[in-house]
Amino acid sequence: MSDSTATTEAPAEPPAPDTEGSEPKPNFMRLFGGYLTEANSVMVTIYSLLLAFLIGAILLIVSDEFTRSTFSYFFSRPQDAWYASRDLVVESYTSLFEGAILNFNTLEAYRAGDAEFGNLLRPLSETLTYATPLIFTGLAVGLAFRAGLFNIGAQGQLIFGMMGALIVGFSLDLPIWLHLPLAIIAGAVAGGALGAVPGVLKATTGAHEVISSIMLNNIAALFLVWALGTAFLHSETKSDLVSKPVDDSATLPTLLSSLNPSLRVNLALIIGFAVAALVWWLLSKSTFGFRIRAVGFNEHAAATAGMRIGSTYTTTMTAAGALAGLGGAALALGVSSGGITTNTALDYGFSGITVALLGRANPGGIVASALLFGALKAGALSAQPDVPVDISTLLQATIVLFIAAPALVKAILHLRTPRGGLVTLEAKGW
Amino acid sequence: MRLELKGLTKKFGSFTADDDIDLVVEPGQIHAVLGENGAGKSTLMNMLYGILQPTSGAILIDGEPVSFSGPGDAIAAGLGMVHQHFKLVGPFSVADNVQLGREHTQGMGVLSAKAARKAVRDVSEQYGLHLDPDAVCEDLPVGVQQRVEIVKALSGPKTELLILDEPTAVLTPAEITELLQIMRNLAAAGTSILFISHKLKEVQAVADTITVIRRGKVVAELEPTASESEMASAMVGRAVSLRVDKTDAEPGEPRLEVKDLTVVSDAGVKVLDGLELTVHSGEIVGLAGVEGNGQTELARSILGLLKPDSGHISIDGRDVHGRGVARRIADGLGYIPEDRGRDGLVAEFSVAENIVLNQYRDAPYAKGGVVDAGAVHKRAVDSIAEFDIRTQSPDESASSLSGGNQQKVIIAREFSRSRRFLVAAQPTRGVDVGASQFIHSRLVAERDTGTGVLLISSELDEIYALADRIAVIYNGRIVGEVDPDTPREVIGRLMVGADLAAAEPPPAAEAETADVEASSDTEASTDEDANGGDR
Repeated sequence: MSDSTATTEAPAEPPAPDTEGSEPKPNFMRLFGGYLTEANSVMVTIYSLLLAFLIGAILLIVSDEFTRSTFSYFFSRPQDAWYASRDLVVESYTSLFEGAILNFNTLEAYRAGDAEFGNLLRPLSETLTYATPLIFTGLAVGLAFRAGLFNIGAQGQLIFGMMGALIVGFSLDLPIWLHLPLAIIAGAVAGGALGAVPGVLKATTGAHEVISSIMLNNIAALFLVWALGTAFLHSETKSDLVSKPVDDSATLPTLLSSLNPSLRVNLALIIGFAVAALVWWLLSKSTFGFRIRAVGFNEHAAATAGMRIGSTYTTTMTAAGALAGLGGAALALGVSSGGITTNTALDYGFSGITVALLGRANPGGIVASALLFGALKAGALSAQPDVPVDISTLLQATIVLFIAAPALVKAILHLRTPRGGLVTLEAKGW
Repeated sequence: MRLELKGLTKKFGSFTADDDIDLVVEPGQIHAVLGENGAGKSTLMNMLYGILQPTSGAILIDGEPVSFSGPGDAIAAGLGMVHQHFKLVGPFSVADNVQLGREHTQGMGVLSAKAARKAVRDVSEQYGLHLDPDAVCEDLPVGVQQRVEIVKALSGPKTELLILDEPTAVLTPAEITELLQIMRNLAAAGTSILFISHKLKEVQAVADTITVIRRGKVVAELEPTASESEMASAMVGRAVSLRVDKTDAEPGEPRLEVKDLTVVSDAGVKVLDGLELTVHSGEIVGLAGVEGNGQTELARSILGLLKPDSGHISIDGRDVHGRGVARRIADGLGYIPEDRGRDGLVAEFSVAENIVLNQYRDAPYAKGGVVDAGAVHKRAVDSIAEFDIRTQSPDESASSLSGGNQQKVIIAREFSRSRRFLVAAQPTRGVDVGASQFIHSRLVAERDTGTGVLLISSELDEIYALADRIAVIYNGRIVGEVDPDTPREVIGRLMVGADLAAAEPPPAAEAETADVEASSDTEASTDEDANGGDR
């Protein structure tokens, strides 16, 4: 208790840098230390990441046959087990880093003049490419969270967005300045249409959006399978289940391919940042966002103040669906512009849930966690087969597990409860 | 068991929920604690049952001071509690619910269904409770579920005192009669009962001693021979502690006209039953009544949150049928909700955001769909100064404010725009005296500007202090409209369903009877039925 009073009182006397050099410094250190040992939302996020990487390390050790074998004679030569484990963990995490951010071999080659600058950017480009759809689906889930809704349907909305963008992308013959925007908008409209369904159902009948949006995910996925088989969508040149490619005039331009053709990151990333900024603005500055937040926090008070709850649910779910639909458009018009398959959507929609949780439903946080997850994905894909590809999924899952259970982090690390209590994100009524 | 409470006090911050409560429950006695909602009964029971820790004071069992750190301690000491909201596992059988937490086993963690069944049968036969141990709880009627709770409470290791928290709130009249009989049987068998209620008839019918609590204090110790009106006036306050300076009302044109309003609850009960009420401009009409007689539904119907099944509501001369809440608010309806935390405030929002909660789309707080943070902030700063809201800044979250200051935020929201009509439901509930006086004077000032005010309050003092006319609601009807100088006993009797002729003191039918419009309430006799409105 005395500790916490110290931290709360401390801001009243900011460290005076000039005169008493010795006095204020421990004060600041104590303040900083107090912050580090407190289970506030920032520190819980940081500790969650650290703990997840720690658990990931343990699992890497356990799952590696050679390292495991060194443990069989642990008591005769413990240093073998120690070195093997250390090397394994360091190597694995290094190759994740090299796949996601910067490859040290390429860096050396670049220094020696054997590689172009563009090669150096390749891991980052991959990270950003994988992060792009996650920004949209994270926003789709996060926006709904703010209205107290749990949008599990981002996967289906993304699939619909993909199809909407694809159809406009190959069926119209227009100049690029018109065709591309139209195709993107078609993705948003298609995703929004699917997102509206759980919203309308909840507003009119009280059907829970979690149930209806989960079911719509399956409907959308199977609808895609069927649609890809129709002559309208099916590729004219290939026999497997691939769609027609979108026209060049509807393809998202890449950003860095002039440096190196392998840099896939495209305009959708910029659109993602812009949309995140727009969602932030909408939530914090607009009357619509005011209504969303009021309904999300306390629908009774919102209703008493004259806000229409049902229509808020409907519009929020439609907007959320449109955001996920944009993510689908980013795929169909971007990395998969050569034709979409049933695999194109991966699990971007479901990962959006974890992205939104990690980002605490704030657009800025969502962008940051989408980038993190994108990095994990890119790193894991490039590091295989040396590092099991599942490690990325495992790290994501563990991070979210800890974020969602701040009490667990607090207990493991013996943190103090912050003044306002632990922060947990939850959808109302679930 | 002899239970004694000595000077039991519970404070929540600056708010004193229970203040120096003394109370003795003799063995085998039924002791009723009577008080309005918010009087401090539940806090008292929670302290007794170990859920809350008293700020000061002592609990003595058979003369020994005890302290409970949780319900487990209370149960071990011989207390059993039946909560107002049942704590049953719906899909479990009666026997399983009763043994919950202290299961009968054959050893090694294997449940013994036979022993559990027998235990239920033994207890229910002993007190005439008639329970089938194999029945599934969620299929049982509410009254029977309550008996399961009673058996559960009695099945404690050595339960000698039973606490019943508002046990009749959810029961039908027939079930109430049955429950009262069960209580008598229990007492006859030596179990002490602490019976919490605000229903006078039941208390009178069954209690050996009655303690009346008001605003956290014991205000009276009564014998069951006391009349209902005696109890009612003790419950709602004897001394007029509230004084508001006000001139005589100058009523003008009708601002609220309610005609033949009927609302049927989901359970099929008529919570409003052909209610008629008119409020004019420039007057405060106090709606008196025991809670759960339709006040909540009336207020929500006026605001538009509840769709009446029949009848008409006109605000400011216009029928509001088909108009949404926002429209009614924009047209000049002010609304102070009775449940501040649920309906009044968004706790996570800042004070400023809460102040504009129902005007956030209107100029000057928003232009073209964009909230003007500067205008909102300025409005908040002005309101904080004008209404003396104690907060560190307009950006502080509403949840960090005390109850009184939260209420001031709502008052500031409603009073800083032009209004034609105001519904003020329990405007000073859970609010300290200073803030209450402030709110009262604002309500009178509001009236003086020509607004019509409907004041809904369970505090008769508040009604007396403010109202220019008093309407008494009972079972969803207005059973009488009287002058504010009508004696308390008369209103007390109206509140429990007596019709006006019976409510008037028989010998001296004085001048005031002339002002009284008697309502022809045929079934105003005794039935306390269907007051299940308590949430």
